[in-house]
Amino acid sequence: MIDGALIVGISCLYLCLLFAIAFWADRRADHGRSVIAHPTVYGLSLAVYCTAWTFYGSVGRATENGIGFLPIYLGPTLMALLWGSVLLKMIRVSKSERITSIADFIAARYGKSQILGGLVTLIAVVGVVPYISLQLKAISWSFIILHHYPEIRMPEQTSLPLWHDNAFVATLLLAAFAILFGTRQLDASERHEGIVAAIAFESIVKLVAFLAVGLFVTLGLLGLGPTELGQLAATPQTQEALRPLLEPSVSPFEDWFAISLLAGLAVILLPRQFQMGIVEISDESHLKRAIWAFPLYLLLINLFVVPIAITGLILFPNGEVDADTFMLTLPIAFDQPWLALLVFIGGLSAATGMVIVESIALSTMVSNDLVLPALMRLWRRHPPPANLGRLLLNVRRGAILVILLMGYLYYHFAGEAYALVSIGLISFVAVAQFAPAVIGGLYWRGGTREGALAGLSAGFLVWIYCLLLPSFARSGWLPPAFMESGPGGLDFLAPQALFRLDGWNPVTHGFFWSLTLNIGVFLLVSSRRKPNAIETRQARLFVDALHQSHPTSPRLWRGSAELRELTALVERFLGVRRTHEAFEYLAKGRGYDSTSALPADAETVNFAEILLSGAIGSASARVMVASVTQEETLGLEEVLDILDEASQIRAYSYELEQKSRALEEATEELRAANQRLQELDRLKDDFISSVTHELRTPLASIRAFSEILFDDPTIELDQRRHFLGILVSETERLSRLVNQVLDLAKIESGRAEWRNETIDLRGVIEQSVAATRQLIADRGSQLDLDLQTRPALVWGDRDRLIQVMVNLLSNAAKFAADEGGRIHIHLSTHDDRWRVCVNDNGPGIAEEDLEQVFEKFHQTQIGGSKPAGTGLGLPISRQIIDHLGGRLWALNQPEKGATLCFELPAHPEGRTGMKGST
Amino acid sequence: MSKRILIVDDEPNIVISLEFLMMREGHEVRVARDGEAGLNAVRTHRPDLVVLDVMMPKLDGFAVLETVRSEPELAHTRILMLTAKGGEADRQKGLSLGADAYMTKPFSTRELVEQVKELLALTD
Repeated sequence: MIDGALIVGISCLYLCLLFAIAFWADRRADHGRSVIAHPTVYGLSLAVYCTAWTFYGSVGRATENGIGFLPIYLGPTLMALLWGSVLLKMIRVSKSERITSIADFIAARYGKSQILGGLVTLIAVVGVVPYISLQLKAISWSFIILHHYPEIRMPEQTSLPLWHDNAFVATLLLAAFAILFGTRQLDASERHEGIVAAIAFESIVKLVAFLAVGLFVTLGLLGLGPTELGQLAATPQTQEALRPLLEPSVSPFEDWFAISLLAGLAVILLPRQFQMGIVEISDESHLKRAIWAFPLYLLLINLFVVPIAITGLILFPNGEVDADTFMLTLPIAFDQPWLALLVFIGGLSAATGMVIVESIALSTMVSNDLVLPALMRLWRRHPPPANLGRLLLNVRRGAILVILLMGYLYYHFAGEAYALVSIGLISFVAVAQFAPAVIGGLYWRGGTREGALAGLSAGFLVWIYCLLLPSFARSGWLPPAFMESGPGGLDFLAPQALFRLDGWNPVTHGFFWSLTLNIGVFLLVSSRRKPNAIETRQARLFVDALHQSHPTSPRLWRGSAELRELTALVERFLGVRRTHEAFEYLAKGRGYDSTSALPADAETVNFAEILLSGAIGSASARVMVASVTQEETLGLEEVLDILDEASQIRAYSYELEQKSRALEEATEELRAANQRLQELDRLKDDFISSVTHELRTPLASIRAFSEILFDDPTIELDQRRHFLGILVSETERLSRLVNQVLDLAKIESGRAEWRNETIDLRGVIEQSVAATRQLIADRGSQLDLDLQTRPALVWGDRDRLIQVMVNLLSNAAKFAADEGGRIHIHLSTHDDRWRVCVNDNGPGIAEEDLEQVFEKFHQTQIGGSKPAGTGLGLPISRQIIDHLGGRLWALNQPEKGATLCFELPAHPEGRTGMKGST
Repeated sequence: MSKRILIVDDEPNIVISLEFLMMREGHEVRVARDGEAGLNAVRTHRPDLVVLDVMMPKLDGFAVLETVRSEPELAHTRILMLTAKGGEADRQKGLSLGADAYMTKPFSTRELVEQVKELLALTD
């Protein structure tokens, strides 16, 4: 038995830790050093989605439906892909309009309607409070189970006095926490940094706890041999229980689809998700990380669900232990008190996180969209108190307490009833009713207030009828006959087989009918009239949210107002200091010296209204501002005119932005092109300067000797002949150089003529050898050929290839050893290419020169003196071989001098011939 | 009066023409085929005048010029740069490094002979 005091002590310690974190984060935020302005913290805070229902319930669902627990996490994962559009739009609009809750969001979209906000709040409260009960129950149960350690005993429903019921104590503690950190200021659009930090921390704790049990159990399972495992699972009962897990069958497609969609919608529409995902985000760029980090979190927390479920079923085959408690009962069964305690803390994290955020979100909705409108009605007859801000804060605090107590009471009375156990998905369906109004409102301009009201009401009623009432009936609170035969025996109205739609899972069934009716009615009623002025304005704001990084509503207001009255109104809610700061900020932004110089025009009125929205919701803010100003109603035509103008201006500025971006791009391209040109220019300059240098050298000799011969007729005949010989050879060198430069230019510019045909490389080699035979013989070198017996067919220009071959041979002749020079030509085939190598026994090429020999005007020394060449032979040869789709390269064989090889693709005819011959 | 002339150039035919011209003027001529050999020849033979090419293997003419000018006992050597690098920048470089004259290839034999005469006259 773990001492109750120990559990309570550790729980309290844990809650104290949460308090400390929240306190610390709030302090840091006050000093402008936010700890939550980090994308990972944002991603973790979204994981408030995973409640005790996930923590304990996933395993339970897995034992019933096998992998049927997955869609609840698959849906949000898929939906995360759309966040870049849907959620970003919601964030942008909410930030610019200071929207603070899902109710406010829907109310603002459809003309700032108070009644719409009220309806959304009502649905949210009815749908979500039982879900809070579920968390309280999880806390209480886990406490009791842990308390019985090492015995495994399911808690019994006993009615304890309040002060002995730990769920009640937990409720009060959580209410205190939520009030302390959730209602520090009235302006709910200000972020609750302390809460976010605490929630992010809790997300880590519950993940660690889940993974710890998962690893423990999985490693334990892996440690068992297959026979032991087989024995354990041998009883028919166990086998029956394990079937859904070991032979997973995908449950009907419509269930997977419906539950994925449902969960995907819930993850942005649940009040706590709206709070964390939209109100508390500090920088919309954090969304980018959340898009993958949040699904990753879901993946991790579901990783070990199946192993835990299997182990639980093997260990407790008789169903005496509720599968929802396997997380906790397994560590107890394995005698791991600390692991059990860790799980308890993890579950506590999951439950408290949900309860705190949900109660804060709901309290904002209740105070702004239910209580305040009622109070405003009252204030028409009785003057309101002076400090409305304090009053509203107290309303909000009271709302938190009431909501949590309602949650507690529902838990207390419903207890074990089906109505509580099954609430998770049913709650999701209630929240999913917001989807048509929200998503329709973000992408369709035609929705109206009446449409949204009617759609929501229809969906909500169907939800009550198809899901809530049957769950009451199954709990024994309503006659079961109602379930089977429908009211008054009209069996086509049976709540779980509406219009004889039979055989579906009740949740899928209820979801389908409620959403279908919701959408249908929303569209139908919306289409009955055109959106009015304010709806049109809000529609533009919401639908076009992505076109502007800070959407602003066009100044659609005309009338008369007094600045003094406006500031006085705002002061009553926000206090003098904050109001003063805000209006000073506006004055500075608009270029006025002081607040008093501000004109009470449309922009100022709009500013005041949005400022108030953050505190009391957009619908109430609108009514409040209207009470101190005299607004002239604008006709729809006028509104459309103004909007068209605004959107035209926006379109112009968008176009301008596009143009200037295009210009920038063009400039960048030009700069790059210029750089390329300069580079080319430099290369050309280098080439020209090399060419002139090479031309000047023979010209210098020619001029010098011509002048010598001309000036001095008395030179001896022998010397005269010598000089004339030099003249002739230098002239030849000059013309060779000119020819080669022209040749190279022609090839490089692509103007060379190519007469390509199928040719036999052996012929090319033989002709080239004939042309250079004399040169080689003069150097006293020996030439040997190593050719093939079959034709070496390639596709190319015969003359060009002879040019390459002659160049290689004359180079070899030049560099071959003076004494006993040898040149070797080798023709071989490599895969589908022919290779020719020319090898000499000269000094070889220095390793670092192997590539440089192909550079223009690079000349290798022979014995320290300059060779008689142009330095263009190899560059030209390489160009030719490249052009024919081959390659030319140099390699070194130290003892054997230099080797230059080229390869060309074998001509197909030659290839088939080769095949035939082998 | 016979002077010692050193020709440093890697173009054999240019060397032949220069050698002929200088010998015809009655000078004592030595030849080096690259920069390193040229520098060694300046050190060992102490020529009165060097005809120096720029683009040469091993050590280029500018480097030879710089080294010669930096060694006090060689610094007085007359140096005539004779090169195919005809750009104004190269000429400036040569002169600023301390060349006594700078001529580009192709050169006029008469001008070259005159220039050599002038430079040699200065040494006396």
